[in-house]
Amino acid sequence: MFGLSDYATAIIFFVLIILLTLGITAYASMQNKSTSDHYVAGGKIKGWQNGLAIAGDYLSAASFLGIAGAIALQGFAGFYLSIGFLVAFLVVLLLVAEPLRNLGKYTLADMLTARFNMSSIRSAAAVSTIAISMFYMIAQLVGAGALIQLLLGIPYAYSVIGIGILMTIYIVVGGMVATTYIQIIKAVLLIAGSVVLVLIVLANYSFNPFALFNAVESEIGSTALHPPAPSSITASLDVISLNIALVLGTAGLPHILIRFLTVPDAKTARSSIVWSTWIIGLFYLITPVLGYGAALFVGQDAIRAASPEGNLAAPQLASTLGGPILFAFVSAVAFATIIAVVSGLVLAASSAFAHDFYTNVIRNGEASDSEQFRAARIAAIGISVAAIVLALPLQGANVAFLVALAFAVAASANVPVILLTIFWRRFNSTGAVAGMIVGLVSSVGLVILSPLVLGEAAIFPFERGSPALISVPLGFLACYLGTVLGGRGAEREREQGLQIDYDEIYVRSLTGLRPEDIDQETVQRPTGH
Amino acid sequence: MDSHRNQEWVAVERTSAFQEYSRKRKAFLIPATIFFLLFFMGLPLLAAFTTVLNGKAVGPLTWAYIYGIAQFFMTWIMMHLYVNRANKWDALVERARQEVAEEKGR
Repeated sequence: MFGLSDYATAIIFFVLIILLTLGITAYASMQNKSTSDHYVAGGKIKGWQNGLAIAGDYLSAASFLGIAGAIALQGFAGFYLSIGFLVAFLVVLLLVAEPLRNLGKYTLADMLTARFNMSSIRSAAAVSTIAISMFYMIAQLVGAGALIQLLLGIPYAYSVIGIGILMTIYIVVGGMVATTYIQIIKAVLLIAGSVVLVLIVLANYSFNPFALFNAVESEIGSTALHPPAPSSITASLDVISLNIALVLGTAGLPHILIRFLTVPDAKTARSSIVWSTWIIGLFYLITPVLGYGAALFVGQDAIRAASPEGNLAAPQLASTLGGPILFAFVSAVAFATIIAVVSGLVLAASSAFAHDFYTNVIRNGEASDSEQFRAARIAAIGISVAAIVLALPLQGANVAFLVALAFAVAASANVPVILLTIFWRRFNSTGAVAGMIVGLVSSVGLVILSPLVLGEAAIFPFERGSPALISVPLGFLACYLGTVLGGRGAEREREQGLQIDYDEIYVRSLTGLRPEDIDQETVQRPTGH
Repeated sequence: MDSHRNQEWVAVERTSAFQEYSRKRKAFLIPATIFFLLFFMGLPLLAAFTTVLNGKAVGPLTWAYIYGIAQFFMTWIMMHLYVNRANKWDALVERARQEVAEEKGR
């Protein structure tokens, strides 16, 4: 579908991005000297840097390619993803970010075990972190393989393996420092690429968005500008379920949450949220221009011909409006987007494996710093290989909705436990483990029973397969029932040293004070905090 | 846990500064969270069960788009409201820490 010279230019851009990111990784390796550097960049990232890096982690291929395609083909229904992904940030900011930063160290499990002194909690949190990150990573790899095959003509399997090798190198060599810089560069490239595309589209309408919408109405039809009319109760509940997953899921995504552990204090965490919310919001706000622009200039038939899900709408739009150079640039931006996001996911998943399973469960917290560092790097290789092997047979799956499913699992397995650990005094370890297991099993199970996997034989009727409407309440219910019916009760767990006193958790989660801050005789300002 | 450690945290919790911080935080967060969740779910609920958002609002823009774009501004405004408040609450945390330290110094 694209000419040979398009490939040549695109390959030059891809190679430039690979060289740039490898250069950054080499530079970052000089700062990647200890376990803390590897997991959280030593907690030394600046607010604006972390803000851009959060945007980089968050604006995945699903956002850039998936939403543009969804709006091009489905109209307003695709814009739900934009709105949901953004408003979800409020859940993170208002309810989760600061308590997590205040209680945590390297991983999500660290925050939960700040309260529950038990390896079963740590293991359950590690399992759900790895499951969610894998789900998300496979979605990105599947999208990347399809993208590169169509853009460059490289077979799917080679593309997936190639990206897999790159993400392994970034993390093993450069750790969190490299990931952070790669996310920042990728965020800047993605914004630049999107703004250029939007300006070229709008230039055709005298920079008047209303003229663009008028053109959509006359050439595509007014149905593209509003949500589809209610058809059946199942379809309506499907939409509700998708939106619940979108708004709650972000607060349970490990690779986003660990970004708040890379900054030195709560004030910096807030400043990074200000940066990321503006960048992410402005990006999502212009997605309709990308999507409708593609529908108008490329045509819905041509978009479907290239990819039935519309995943190539943005590069196709670049090719139509800007020729080979812009096509090559936008394709390279999509490529940078994918490698940056998968590297963040490898870091989250391998930290959960190495820090939570190896160091704290298997070695009982007694591994030396160099042993932990080595374990983190070996885990990164293992996680990458597993993700590649799982992505290879899944060619042709829809990127945007695969990611939405990762959100559903995060919303069901992690969010109830995170919220109740912070806010519920009576919560106990049985409830926490039950909540994570039930949330994980029910969300993944319902996806398997949905049309996405079983097709015609589906038992769970939601077309988009989002299980959140059922699995999120189940996650909360399991937390509640586990606490009330099972186990020792919060009081007895405290007496046995299995749970830290809630007064401590409450004060620490709100203030960020550490035990050493108040256990002192004089009014000295604690250092390094 | 040893009770000595617990008392340290209870002491922080009892300071007037922490009480004020905790009260102000709840007074903002509870209504804010309820509001933004309802405001967010309002769009898919209205769109999934009615067609009231399908009409034109401004020029070619439908009410669905107006509502959707309003969510962006709601998010940005809410984010700044929270960050401004939280940055002021930091002073209360510092005061609570000092109150406890002075208490012990006595």
